[in-house]
Parts: sequence; C-alpha cells; structure tokens
Amino acid sequence: MKNDPVLFGRVSRFVGSLAQCGELGIKPVLAVPNELILELPYSNAIVGNPDSGVIHGGAITTLMDTTSGSVVICGLPEFELCPTLDLRVDYMHAAKPGASVFAKATCYKITKNIIFTRCLAYQESDEEPVAQCVATFMRIGAEATPLEFRKMIVGNDEEHV
Amino acid sequence: MDLKELMAKAHETGDYSELIATIPYAVTLGVECERFGDEVLFKLPRKKSNIGNPILPAIHGGVIGGFMEISAALHLMMFQDTPKLPKIVDISLDYLRAGLDRDTYVECQLTRQGSRVANVIVTAWQKSRSEPIALARAHFLFS
Repeated sequence: MKNDPVLFGRVSRFVGSLAQCGELGIKPVLAVPNELILELPYSNAIVGNPDSGVIHGGAITTLMDTTSGSVVICGLPEFELCPTLDLRVDYMHAAKPGASVFAKATCYKITKNIIFTRCLAYQESDEEPVAQCVATFMRIGAEATPLEFRKMIVGNDEEHV
Repeated sequence: MDLKELMAKAHETGDYSELIATIPYAVTLGVECERFGDEVLFKLPRKKSNIGNPILPAIHGGVIGGFMEISAALHLMMFQDTPKLPKIVDISLDYLRAGLDRDTYVECQLTRQGSRVANVIVTAWQKSRSEPIALARAHFLFS
C-alpha cells in the first residue's frame, strides 16, 4: 500500500512530539485513510526478561496506545486531540527478541463523542499477532484542541484538506 | 545473583532497587518500590522522557500502563515462595484523569491467586489516593 503524504506527515509530527516515543524509537511506517502502522524497534531499554531478552508487555502497550491514539488522525477529517478512555490489551505470545514489533490500527466506529479502535501487534505477519488491543477515545472537538498543537500537527498541509 | 537470591536480599534489607535494576524496561521508566510490612507502594518519579502529550504536559498513557503492569508483576513476585517472572495474559486499563508531569504512585491488590493464573487490580494516583488517574485489571500466568 502507498502512503498518504498528508496523513503520514501529520502522524509523523504527532508521534514525533511524544517524548516517550522518541525514547523507545517508535516511528510511523504507513499512514492511509483510516489505517496506520507504527514500528517499535528492538532495544535493550525495553527488555522485560533479562534472561530471554523478551521485551516487556508495557512497551507493547505504549506502541499500541500510540498507534490507536494516532490512527484517529487517519480516521477524522480534522485533527483533534483525543484522550484515551480505556484500553484492553491481550498478549497472545512473547515477541521474538532482536526484531521490531509493528502495530496496525483502524477506527472501526466513529461517533460524535467516542472513537472505537482496534489494533494488532505483530512481527513477521499480522496473521500471527503478538498482541491485540481495543481502545476507546473521547472526542473533545477540533476547537477544544490547543491551536498551537493543531498548527504543529497540521503544518503546511491545510490546503490539501 | 539469581532472582531468588535477589528477592531474599531485598526482603531482608527492604531495598528493592537491585531487583528492579535487573529489568531494563523498569529502569527505562524509572520504577521504584517501597515496602511497608505487607503493603507495597510503587513510585514512578517524574521524568522528561515519560511524557506523551507535550502541551499539557502529560505522561504517555502507555507509560502509565507499563508502570502498572510492571508493578503488578513485581507485587506478585514479592509474595511468592519461589519468585518467578509471571507472564502477562491481558490488561484492561481505564484512564480517569491526565497523568501530569509529576510523581505517580501505584498500589496493587491480589484479587485471586490460582495455581496457574493470578488476577490483580492496580490503582494509580498522583495527588491523592482518592483521586486515581488510572485503574487496571490484569491476569498473569505462572508456567
């Protein structure tokens, strides 16, 4: 699939503004309407089990929370800051040490107040998921989103919308 | 030192930092722990790299979730006869308030310990225990 340059730019700026994502090296891979893939590279900093080198579930929670929270940018016509209401993560099996984990998310329902998202974390293939996550986000509206933040995310691509 | 020895030493001295230092992700977040008899309090001191939303600024929701998950796993290990790193099965997180750029505390409650699975309820707060910023329920597997 080909990247949507406007969405990819917005998601990159959004994810780039989150200090924890910089710390873990989380970065966007693919952004298209209503679908987003982010990558979490393997590093020693996120290891949960020092004997096996398996990464901690918490790092996967951060990856999936970020992907689910950012796919909202790909699902809404305008940028809105959407706080997380809840998040449920099922861990199907340990991620293989030494390899990146990818998370693919989609908004499966958008209402006036709430956005419902689904997200899969995987390594080689999304048919063999490492974890799955469903989440809900609150819509506070584009006008309630701080203007400064909105400008930073939307950048110069406003005319494309 | 293996996990059993580290745990025994931590129980004896009341200093769990050496034990936590063996988990790289816990060090990345900056997790601390203090025990008061049978009560255990986990602390996540404010840290720039744990921030998500830069405008508020607020702690990344994933960091709060990760901190709660680590705390629950450590809590389980601390009360086992033979400490072993439990495997997380699932976690359900409710975010109640923004986690501001300040210290965060976590307390765990072991709801049910079966032979293979444990259920833990986790509460996270900043200003006051009566105003939690997040609640979680998690299942862990021992195998």
